[in-house]
Amino acid sequence: MKPDHSADLEAQIAEWRSFLLRRRAIHSVDVAELEDHLREQIDVLAEAGLDPDEAFLVAVKRMGALDALSAEFAREHSERLWKQLVAAGADATEDGPGARKEGFVAVALAVLAALLIKLPSLFGLDFMSDGAFYARNLSFFVLPVLTGYFAWKRGMLGSTALRWLGVAFVGAAVFANVYPFEPGGSTEALTALHLPIALWVAVIGAAYVGGRWRESAGRMDFIRFSGELFIYYVLIALGGGVLMVFSALIFQAIGVDIEPLFESWVLPCGAAGAVIIASWLVEAKKSVIENMAPVLTRLFTPLFAIMLLAFLGTMLWTGAGINIEREVLIAFDLLLVLVLALVLYTISARDPQSGPGAFDVVQVVLIASALAADAVALQAIGARISEFGFTPNRVAALGMNLILLVNLAWSAVLYVRFLGARSTFSAIERWQTGYVPVYALWAALVVIAFPPLFGFA
Amino acid sequence: MEINKDLVAASSTPIVLAILAEGDSYGYAILQRVRELSGGDLEWTDGMLYPVLHRLSRLGLVESRWEVAESGRRRKYYRITPDGRAHLGEQQRQWQAVDATLRGIWHTLADVPPIGRPALSATIPQGV
Repeated sequence: MKPDHSADLEAQIAEWRSFLLRRRAIHSVDVAELEDHLREQIDVLAEAGLDPDEAFLVAVKRMGALDALSAEFAREHSERLWKQLVAAGADATEDGPGARKEGFVAVALAVLAALLIKLPSLFGLDFMSDGAFYARNLSFFVLPVLTGYFAWKRGMLGSTALRWLGVAFVGAAVFANVYPFEPGGSTEALTALHLPIALWVAVIGAAYVGGRWRESAGRMDFIRFSGELFIYYVLIALGGGVLMVFSALIFQAIGVDIEPLFESWVLPCGAAGAVIIASWLVEAKKSVIENMAPVLTRLFTPLFAIMLLAFLGTMLWTGAGINIEREVLIAFDLLLVLVLALVLYTISARDPQSGPGAFDVVQVVLIASALAADAVALQAIGARISEFGFTPNRVAALGMNLILLVNLAWSAVLYVRFLGARSTFSAIERWQTGYVPVYALWAALVVIAFPPLFGFA
Repeated sequence: MEINKDLVAASSTPIVLAILAEGDSYGYAILQRVRELSGGDLEWTDGMLYPVLHRLSRLGLVESRWEVAESGRRRKYYRITPDGRAHLGEQQRQWQAVDATLRGIWHTLADVPPIGRPALSATIPQGV
């Protein structure tokens, strides 16, 4: 390094470097190579008698126009325009060892989860024939491993917080297994459905955010993570399905039936391991690749808004009432969950600083039409609830419906205030993130209180 | 003298490979050598050399390694591979064939009108 390099020159070089780094086709190793070139050029020019400033300008000029250079790099490295995920990539020099270690830990934990899910077969419980046991306990084979992964990642190993999460798992396992459920009863099915929700939000959420559970931003990160994980998991499941179909086909060609092996090993182990792998992938790529959930919400929010408006319009036009059948409440619950997901993932990707736009109006239309449709359904059900009777399923569905209704209704109010410039967008964000624990509490209530309330039916 | 862009692009591979065949080198030194050899006629935009080097590296004609130079900076050195030498030999034969053809035609033309007149460039066939 030459002593006559002024701090000024260093600042100029740093600025030039950051300009280059912004180009996607030019990786940091290439920038290092170009910077070496630039510095040598500057040294030579300075020796020839130029000021550092002049030498810098000439050297940069000789390097060529940034756009042309970037285009040339892009032509040679066209793969760089597609952000690559699994391979650590050309920037491996910087985060290589850490990323590799994390990948190793993730794969090891995925294998652990896959083995854990087969543990009960040592005690004669089979994935296919003991469905009820597995349905109630599915969370306990996968979620503790995932909690361990995040505890390791966030440096929480051995902390008091982690011990409390362990206590939560033990408590949940007790509630899932000590109640004398009637075989095939509704309360058992409700437990199987609600236990993962409660554990996901409360335990995985706490492990994911580390110490930031009380912060709105931390919870929003967890919401983003959950959405991306879901998309990744679906993609992995699709890939797994293709793999299984092809294996079955080619093994059939040689007269071997591998379906039993699939049902008792590949499917459960794959499904368990994929949760860990998908979580690792989401974590590894979150800052590298555009998040998918907000893209999908952007696409589907207007479409669902149109669908709901058409539904309401048709109902008014034909005067048809909602046909109250057993599953109608669940259908409307799912509708509200879907609308909530659309709202949540739009919020998660929105810049809270920017003002109201056309898309926010679409959001309000979507929420309002969903609420209207749900109100019609609730009114129809309310009129005949005494006739139907309070079964556990119906109470659970009704409770969930009301919780979602409150969330969306207040979101609509906040949105309208925001559109009228009487409130900020972060108020909507805070409301959503603040509401998250309500789902965990309700799910826990269903798991803990419903079985005794309804006589384990 | 301004040399046609296509010609610069086409000649860059043999020139870079030939310079590396003289010995391992790095970007700035390669460019210096190009200037030296061409007497300053061949002016490459500095940055453009690197995509060329990366392409040769991808094709396995050169290999690279990072070293700490005497200036204390990390510097990427390139070395020609056996494949690169084979490719260079092939390129050399091709360019010599082109060169021989051109020399032949320059020679015939030189017999008729005086050399270096603007009229000459008009008689050069397209696509050379």
